[in-house]
Amino acid sequence: MASTNDPFQFQEFEESNLLAAASESTTISIEDDIMNPKFPTGFAPSGDEDPTAEDDKAELLSGEKKSIPFWTFQYYQQFFDVDTHHVTERIVGSVLPWPGKNFIHVYLRRNPDLYGPFWICTTLVFAMAISGNISTFLVNLGKPNYKYTPEFGKVTIAATAIFSYAWLVPLAMWGFLLWRNNKIMNLVSYSFMEIVCVYGYSLSVYIPAVVLWIFPYEWLRWLSIGVALCLSGSVLIITFWPAVRDDKPRMIAAVMSAIVVLNVLLAVGCKAYFFSKAELVPPPANLSTTAVVLPHTT
Amino acid sequence: MADASRPFAGLASVSVPEDTPVEGDISVPVHATSPDDDELSTLDEPVKETILRDLRAVAKKFVHVLYPKQSSELLRDWDLWGPLLLCVTLALLLQGGAAPRSGDQGGPQFAEVFIIVWFGSIVITLNSKLLGGTISFFQSLCVLGYCILPLTAAMVVCRLVLLGNLGGAGFAARLAAVAASFGWSAFASSAFLAGSQPPNRKGLAVYPVFLFYFVIGWMILTFSPAA
Repeated sequence: MASTNDPFQFQEFEESNLLAAASESTTISIEDDIMNPKFPTGFAPSGDEDPTAEDDKAELLSGEKKSIPFWTFQYYQQFFDVDTHHVTERIVGSVLPWPGKNFIHVYLRRNPDLYGPFWICTTLVFAMAISGNISTFLVNLGKPNYKYTPEFGKVTIAATAIFSYAWLVPLAMWGFLLWRNNKIMNLVSYSFMEIVCVYGYSLSVYIPAVVLWIFPYEWLRWLSIGVALCLSGSVLIITFWPAVRDDKPRMIAAVMSAIVVLNVLLAVGCKAYFFSKAELVPPPANLSTTAVVLPHTT
Repeated sequence: MADASRPFAGLASVSVPEDTPVEGDISVPVHATSPDDDELSTLDEPVKETILRDLRAVAKKFVHVLYPKQSSELLRDWDLWGPLLLCVTLALLLQGGAAPRSGDQGGPQFAEVFIIVWFGSIVITLNSKLLGGTISFFQSLCVLGYCILPLTAAMVVCRLVLLGNLGGAGFAARLAAVAASFGWSAFASSAFLAGSQPPNRKGLAVYPVFLFYFVIGWMILTFSPAA
C-alpha cells in the first residue's frame, strides 16, 4: 500500500470540478485503483476553503476581527454585512425606543453597518428638499405674482447639514468618550462605527416628520418636530447613558445636554431654512407699493 | 495495479473524445457567429458600417428595456453609449427652465443633471457590490443608464404638454406620465439587478434604485418653462 508520503500518490483535487464548469476545456479524470478518496489530513491542498472559513468564524465568535487594511475593498464590505430584516429591525428599534434597550447592545451586537446611516441620510436630504419645495408651492398656490421654481440649490445645503451632523458629531462624541475613558475606568466603550450607526439610525424618525411638514399648519409642524425630537433624543440618551454613568455628575449633565441641543439645532434649523413662514407675510407690502406708484402715473 | 514503481500506469486507460483537438493555440476562442476571424479586418470596413453596428447594439438594448425580461444578453454585452445618449438628451431637455428672480434658486443646470445621473449610478453600483452582488461595475452602470429611457420619454411628453399650456389638466397628465415611467424604469432595472443579489439582501439593493429614479422623476415633474 502506498503511504501518504509517496509523492506519486494521486490525490483528488477539487479544482477539477471548477475546471469542468468552463465549457471550452476538456478535463480528463484519471481513475486510480488505490486512490484514497479522502484527503490526507497532513495537508489540505485545495480544500482549504472550508477550514480557514471555520477559523474565521471561530475568530469572529471570539470577538476579534482579522485586521484588513483599510485601502482594500474587503475592509468596507465588512460594514455592509447585513440582511434586509436586520436593517428593518434596526429602524424599528430607533423609532420606538424603550428605556431598557440600549440600541448598540440590542440591535447592533458588534455588527455596525454603514448601509443604514448612509441611505437614511440620503433619503432625509431628498425628503426635506422635496417637501420644502411642495410646501412653498402649496402656500403660494393662489397668488398671482408667484412663479414656481424647483429650488434645486437647496439640496446641496441640506446634504451638507445632515451629513456633517451624521459624521462630525459622532467623531466628537467618540473623541470625548476616549478622553474620558483615560480618566475613569469604564466598562462600556463604543467603537467609532457603532456611534456613527446610532446617529444614522436615530435620524430615521425624521423622515415621516419631514413628510408631515408639507401641510402648512404650524401646530402640525411643531407637533411633529416635538415628537421626532423626543424619540430621536431618547434613543441617543439611552444609548450613551451607560458610557457616561460613572462620570462626575456635571460631566454627565454637560454631555447629555450637548447631545440634545445639537439634535434640536439640526431639526429647528432645517425647518427654519426650508419651511420659512415668511411667505405668509409679503402681500400687504405689495399692495402698499402699488398704491404708492399709482398716483404718479396720473 | 499501479504502485510507486509504475507511477503513470493509470494513463493507459484514458480516453479522449475524437473531435477534441489535442494541439492548438491558447488564445480565447472567438464566438462562432462572428463573420470575421481576423480582428484587423474591421479597420477596412466603411465608417458607416462601424457606426451602424454600435447603433444597432444600442437599439437592441432599448428594446430590451422596453420589454424587460430576465436575459443575460443585456448584461453580457454592456456598453455605455446608450446611457450617455439618454443622459445628454435628458439634461438638454431640462434646460430652459424658469429664470429665478433671486438668481440662484432655479431648475437644475446641465452639469447638475449629469452629475446626479452618473454619480447616483456609481453610488448605487458600489452599494450593490458592497452588499455582495455578483454583477460587475460596468454592467450595473449600463443597466441603470439604459433604464432611464422611460423617464426620458416622459420628459418629452411633459415638454409637449407644457407647450399646450393646459393648466390643471396638463399637470395631471404630466403627473400620470412621470408616475408611469417611474414605475416602468424601477421595474425594468430591478428585473435585471435583483437577480444578481443574494436573496436576503434584495430589498437592500433595490431600494436605492427606487430612490434614484424617484429623484429623477421629481426633476422631470417640477420642470417649469421660462415665462
